[in-house]
Amino acid sequence: MLEIEIDGKQAQVADGSTVMDAAQQLGVYIPHFCYHKKLSIAANCRMCLVQVEKAPKPLPACATPVTNCMKVFTHSELATKAQKGVMEFLLINHPLDCPVCDQGGECQLQDMAVGYGDIKSRYQEEKRVVFHKKVGPLISMEEMSRCIHCTRCVRFGQEIAGVMELGMSSRNMHSEITTFLGRTVDSELSGNMIDLCPVGALTSKPFRYSARSWELQRRKTVSPHDSLGANLVVQVKHDKVMRVLPFENEAVNECWISDKERFSYEALNSEQRLTKPMVRQGGEWKVVPWNVALDYVAHALRDITATSGGDSLAALASPSSTVEELYLIQRLVGALGSGNIDFRPRHSDFSADDYRAGIPWLGLPVAELENQDAVLVVGSFLRKDHPLLAQRLRQAAKKYTEVSLVSVTGDDQLIKLHSQITVAPSALVTVLASIVKAAAQINAVTLPIGLPEVDVSTEAVAIAKSLVSGEKAAVLLGNVAEQSEDAAQIRLLAQFLAQVVGASLGVLGDGANSIGGYLAGATPKGANAKQMFEQPRQAYLLMGLEAESDLYDSQIALSALAEAKLVVHMGAFASDTVMKYADVLLPTSPYTETSGTFVNIEGRIQSFSGLVKPLGETRPGWKVLRVLANILNCTGFDYNSSEEVRDEVFGKDALFATGLNSTLQGLNLNVVPRTATLQRIADVPIYFTDALVRRATSLQSTHDARQPTARMNGLTLASLELLSGQMVKVKQGGGSADLLAELDDKVPSNCVLVSAAHWSTAQLGAMFGPISVERA
Amino acid sequence: MAILSSINPVLMAGATSDDGWQLKDYVARGGYEMLRKILSEKIPQEQVIGEMKTSVLRGRGGAGFPTGLKWSFMPRSFPGDKYVVCNTDEGEPGTFKDRDILRYNPHSVIEGMAIAAYAMGATRGYNYIHGEIFEIYERFEAALDEARAAGLIGQNIQGSGFGFELFAHHGYGAYICGEETSLLESIEGKKGQPRFKPPFPASFGLYGKPTTINNTETFAAVPFILKMGGESFLNLGKPNNGGTKLFSVSGHVNKPGNYEIPLGTPFSTLLEMCGGVRGGRKLKAVIPGGSSSPVVPGDVMMDVTMDYDSISKAGSMLGSGAVIVMDETTCMVKALDRLSYFYYEESCGQCTPCREGTSWLYKIVHRIENGQGRPDDLDLLSSVTNNIMGRTICALGDAASMPVQSFIKHFRDEFAYHIEHKRCLVPRDVQWAGSGFHQPPAN
Repeated sequence: MLEIEIDGKQAQVADGSTVMDAAQQLGVYIPHFCYHKKLSIAANCRMCLVQVEKAPKPLPACATPVTNCMKVFTHSELATKAQKGVMEFLLINHPLDCPVCDQGGECQLQDMAVGYGDIKSRYQEEKRVVFHKKVGPLISMEEMSRCIHCTRCVRFGQEIAGVMELGMSSRNMHSEITTFLGRTVDSELSGNMIDLCPVGALTSKPFRYSARSWELQRRKTVSPHDSLGANLVVQVKHDKVMRVLPFENEAVNECWISDKERFSYEALNSEQRLTKPMVRQGGEWKVVPWNVALDYVAHALRDITATSGGDSLAALASPSSTVEELYLIQRLVGALGSGNIDFRPRHSDFSADDYRAGIPWLGLPVAELENQDAVLVVGSFLRKDHPLLAQRLRQAAKKYTEVSLVSVTGDDQLIKLHSQITVAPSALVTVLASIVKAAAQINAVTLPIGLPEVDVSTEAVAIAKSLVSGEKAAVLLGNVAEQSEDAAQIRLLAQFLAQVVGASLGVLGDGANSIGGYLAGATPKGANAKQMFEQPRQAYLLMGLEAESDLYDSQIALSALAEAKLVVHMGAFASDTVMKYADVLLPTSPYTETSGTFVNIEGRIQSFSGLVKPLGETRPGWKVLRVLANILNCTGFDYNSSEEVRDEVFGKDALFATGLNSTLQGLNLNVVPRTATLQRIADVPIYFTDALVRRATSLQSTHDARQPTARMNGLTLASLELLSGQMVKVKQGGGSADLLAELDDKVPSNCVLVSAAHWSTAQLGAMFGPISVERA
Repeated sequence: MAILSSINPVLMAGATSDDGWQLKDYVARGGYEMLRKILSEKIPQEQVIGEMKTSVLRGRGGAGFPTGLKWSFMPRSFPGDKYVVCNTDEGEPGTFKDRDILRYNPHSVIEGMAIAAYAMGATRGYNYIHGEIFEIYERFEAALDEARAAGLIGQNIQGSGFGFELFAHHGYGAYICGEETSLLESIEGKKGQPRFKPPFPASFGLYGKPTTINNTETFAAVPFILKMGGESFLNLGKPNNGGTKLFSVSGHVNKPGNYEIPLGTPFSTLLEMCGGVRGGRKLKAVIPGGSSSPVVPGDVMMDVTMDYDSISKAGSMLGSGAVIVMDETTCMVKALDRLSYFYYEESCGQCTPCREGTSWLYKIVHRIENGQGRPDDLDLLSSVTNNIMGRTICALGDAASMPVQSFIKHFRDEFAYHIEHKRCLVPRDVQWAGSGFHQPPAN
């Protein structure tokens, strides 16, 4: 510990601290621009110059290490003179037209100019003009003359996003922040650069000039887009969501959010919103009042269950539904005598359901990820599926964590990987088995019963060694592993591996409530998400789902839905396909218009309230379900608020979920060898994951939202006698899609990567099923 | 340019023309004797560094930091790679000595670096050569080839067990890459921008390893110092200013060029060696140590001896030893305009005071020169320089400010005249006559 005195206040700080660290600890404010606690020290803005006793010159607080008994003065004459001098330099070439700048009112330069700037400028020469740049649909670089060269955006790219998309070219006052040769900024975390920019140089393209910061109300909520549950600040003007920003929570999202979370709000106000209840009558859609719609649904449900039994009804909910919605829908279905309820529409293997020792979760707190010595991620499009968890692992890998990846494509995760194995989805089990074998051999443990005969590759040994030698280790199952047709066997093998090496076992989760669904009891007592379509039912209740995009096998589901007597669709949107299969459309609130709860993947219970009035006739999902239950005379549905529902699920004031355990008990290892056919790999592209992002216009113009292609490696292309760039017809079952063949050597042999969740591939079947490809 | 004349030459003795640079010539002049001796006798590292300290060889790149002391900062026991780097990024206006050392006596630098590497336990070296003197880079590569072939650098030199790999690296002409940490960044393949210090290169240098960076002339002096002994080298100059030094004399003298003279030689002697002021005109001002050193009025300069301490007493710096001589036909505003333009153009743009300040300085000076000066411009200039100095990451901000401050200090009247009368105190035809052009332009 070191003693330091700043402006007469004394403190003890840890060795290696800088003056800026000490000042923050003491609550002394030192003006700064380039310094950011999550980024490396650049010391280039010079705004944080302070006087240090015995130093002849003012020193930058951000870069000056504390020495014992140091005395620092932040407001002495020397310090203020230096700070004012720097402020003058920053302003001479900066346009002084704050009233027309989008950043005006929330600009660090503007704020600090009040404190350190002069009333009148001594600079009377021409100001620098910097040309605007086009870097994609999210970030506006329209006003680069405002840039003060703090390089926060550059360092964010290099250090946090893992890819340097912006850099500073040229020198002297002609230095410019720019992309490499006019490329776009494509990182899935790019929006954070807008927050980091202390001036109006990088601004949000969708938000620009739509509101002033002081007109906006800040309201806190939780992201519905992935299992992390990033904390958000939603900014609202006149009951309309204008912008989404991160709410800092070091334990969850730190100070970042992904672009998906930042820009999905555009869809909230879109024309495509479903705003009125509708009923199909004689093949025509009729707008009806809520009571008519709900009466219609209640009657139909009662008729069908009365005549054909409860089992003729099935309900499927999106894993991004709130805990309250999930709880009420499963109770409603139960009250109607049906056990056919699920919330895992993209899963395909449910054989673990009877053997769960608890609720599958991350296996450790999110913040603990960076303290692991070794992490193995199995079956994941990590960076796209879990942008912020990937960011945590990226930082961890820079320190000492050995991160390994066993997955179905070799896509660059922008993480310094220790080892990587890329195989076909059907071979994930064998690879895992080989790692288990290697680990068991290293630790001289007997092999688990039923472990298939496998060869151990050098990579498998490397991964096993890294896990064995790590004191803290984690085995994490990604979305591919969970959605795979071998999900239960993969989990079991991962469990053996975790046991052998002494690691924690966890899943990454494919929805905002991938834990909440279990807690709400929305798990099948009868048919699961797969069975309910394989054995068609007469009535379906679908919540927050569009069957062509959100299911493991949309082909089977669509044919079952087409045959059903009643399909009730609850959601904020209804696609053309929904309009075809549904009989009743009930407009329910997206996350900003309802109160609710998400339980994130570490079990953190995060409740939020409605931020804006529901659009049009939209109503919160929990209220719709409650009223429906009331009409159906179900007992125990007299909730007055969503909090009452939540408290019934968790008990009062619960902060963390209990009963979390990712292991399986009593299930035997039984790896079914698969015949070697051409197999589909289906990612769910980052901007197609749910109905909301699919309609966020700016996100839909990004590189990540491009049309799916049929991606194959050179060997597969050659064996199918295809050429990259050719149109091909990919077929699964009775459905097909015409796509462009694309060479991608990161896809394993004998596999075709065809993205799911896009309208162009909706006619296809199982996400990881057999597929055939022929020239179109 | 050649070495035109010298007094008691050491570095360039016998190496003043283009036919004496090769290995055989250098060996004939006694070259590589010291390296061989040190390696065969396994002279202790401390002894080598001690001898350097005795010689009071001060860094020839500009700052004048004692070389022996710098070498002793190197953590010799640090395991793993350590580097010695030679700074031949000679880009300061007025400086042209290092290129002549590499052109006429490249092996002295190679030997000096090898000895330095031995003394500091380094195993790798780089010579970073300015991008605009490409033929010098090629010359040095040729010399390196010779030295490698002769087993004077490389693995296990002369069977001693000591290995030293030396490479040449050329930049692309940015002045900032002469700043030692941006030089390191540039070698690493990054944009040449200075690093914040601390940590200093001695602990965190090239590729994060301990690194010592010296100027070309400094390394070139090493073999000679060890040969003649530190004491004798020191005695060539004067106390605290050991040895001889190359001076690059340019401007209004009859014989501009490089001169090797002992430190402490009167400026008047040097001026004489250069054939005096061109056209017998009156000496107006001298920039004694490269463009970043403060200008000294001619009459003051005539009483100064050429060594670190005397020039410092006269209010300037010996710097790199680039003596820019200006006669009475010089417009000081125009001269400063050129200098300020250089620093504005060469600022790397990383830190605020230098990026914004150097362009502001240039714009003001340029305005004054072009008849658009304002009454408060001189105060503004000195205020802006004060806001730059001491507040930047590297010394370029200071280097840009010192000429401005000194020009105004010594020639304020001339600047004031410019501002008031919108024209120069030195009549235009006089300026043109002094410039060497035959025809004065039509007004």
